[in-house]
Amino acid sequence: MASVRGATLLFALVVIGLFVELVRGSWSSLTAFGLKFLVTSQWNPVTNQFGALPLIYGTVVSSGIAILLAGFVGVFAAAYLADFAPRRLAQPLSFAIELLAAVPSVVYGLWGLFILAPIMRAYIDPFLQARFGWLPIFSGTIYGTGLLTAGVLLALMIVPTVTAISRDVILAVGKDQREASLALGATRWETMRRVVLPAARSGIVGACILALGRALGETIATTMVIGNRPAIEASLFAPSYTLSSVIANEFTEATSDLYLSSLVELGLVLFGVSIVVNAVARTLIWSMVRDKKAR
Amino acid sequence: MATEAASLRAKHATPIAERRIRSLLGEIFAGTCAGVAAILLLTIFVYVLREGVGALNLDFVTQLPRPVGITGGGVANGILGSLIIIGIAVIIATPVGVLTGIYLALFGSGTLAESVRFMADVLSGVPSIAIGLFAYTLLVAPFHHFSGLSASFAFAILMLPLIIRTSEEAVRTVPRRTREGGFALGLSKYATTMQVVLPAARPAILTGILLGIARVTGETAPLLFTAFGSQFMELNPTNPMAELALQVFTYAISPYQDWHRQAWAGAALLILAVFVLNVAARFLLKPPSTKRI
Repeated sequence: MASVRGATLLFALVVIGLFVELVRGSWSSLTAFGLKFLVTSQWNPVTNQFGALPLIYGTVVSSGIAILLAGFVGVFAAAYLADFAPRRLAQPLSFAIELLAAVPSVVYGLWGLFILAPIMRAYIDPFLQARFGWLPIFSGTIYGTGLLTAGVLLALMIVPTVTAISRDVILAVGKDQREASLALGATRWETMRRVVLPAARSGIVGACILALGRALGETIATTMVIGNRPAIEASLFAPSYTLSSVIANEFTEATSDLYLSSLVELGLVLFGVSIVVNAVARTLIWSMVRDKKAR
Repeated sequence: MATEAASLRAKHATPIAERRIRSLLGEIFAGTCAGVAAILLLTIFVYVLREGVGALNLDFVTQLPRPVGITGGGVANGILGSLIIIGIAVIIATPVGVLTGIYLALFGSGTLAESVRFMADVLSGVPSIAIGLFAYTLLVAPFHHFSGLSASFAFAILMLPLIIRTSEEAVRTVPRRTREGGFALGLSKYATTMQVVLPAARPAILTGILLGIARVTGETAPLLFTAFGSQFMELNPTNPMAELALQVFTYAISPYQDWHRQAWAGAALLILAVFVLNVAARFLLKPPSTKRI
């Protein structure tokens, strides 16, 4: 009995240790900058000034774009896979989409850098600028790498998550509710829109939040396509930077203790955000899918 | 109620033909979304495979990296490094994960079990780079040099949530009568679990471990400041080591054409590995639940 208890305690210790170590590692930055760390926008290793605002902006905007695109497509795709698709099509499609959730992010990054970024630069960005250039978000120089490209790539990476969990949640809505609606004369689409989706809403929101958490913490793929410049600009074409890509790019080059500590604090911020996001998402999903655990 | 009745009446005012057409259009739209997502993702998949397999050759898997500017060479050190790092991670994570899963299955309702289950769930969503930082502050900084072991430690933490949850589920789904057979023979609860339940749950637990391996195969972010990478054939895990995914990353962002080619080849290897692991987990072992969300 001791061994199973010991292993469990060891695991708990590791998780607590993770938090403690991140706090310890970022201590000098925490004491030097306090809350200013999160709201100032100077990220300058030369002058030892570290403010994470541009990184937070880059993280939030790129992930926001991703969840807008992936949420929209993913929920409808899930509705199709759960209720509309013929069985013969639904199973291989679901399997393919789930399998693609397992493709390593460095592979997505490679594809994003060599294929997506040139496509964005040559076709999509100029198109958006020609049509909607009067909007500040589509103005300015087009680089190919930047917030929009990162958002689109992240969207591709999290679409499987949104689709797979939403499909489970939609399937968990009782058959009786569907049949009641159909018996009242509603069409299949009306049943989906007015009965099934509203009943599945909290779980679908949970799926989207979980996917958002993925996007917020994604490192390698983002680093490869976002342009890596810590600045806040209105244009979505502009290069930007995220919390995780700063750590990835600068950690091994950090020379001063304060610099290193600031980078660890970025990790602490990511850790904190991911805990909140996951706790909320899982509570929402579980309220829907109690017996089938959403992992 | 009144508004609902009104909307129902409004509904009936719409001719059925129009509603049917709308329904059809809606279904087609949903189908398009599913199709677009699947086709886009499959395009990436196929593109990487085509590009990568074209660049694969014997040198790539048997040679060491050449110095910058010299064409050719391979990533044999990275492939071996990946195997060693992931192997050690499995050795660390399996006992801890499986035993914790058993604990959760046996004492599922206690305070410790509840909080550990919560930790496992939350941990599965923590960005891998944060876990890499933890491995750095714990195992790299105090020793003043990078090591394959610190990467294994980070990978083990990344695998743990998956192994814990699949093990818990595996132990739970063993039929009651199997367990009672153990009790009837006079075995204690612990002995029954270890000698009767665990063997019965083995395939499902193996699935969890396979999925855990798939989870860390291709994981790159934590390696940047743990394994760090190496140009040499480094087999000693207490030294900085090369790793395939890390090499793909470094090669991709380098300015050299030949390294780009090798990055595609490496990416194809990674995809194939993950694909085989997932398919093996799903089909060979036929587990109760293998969804990797």
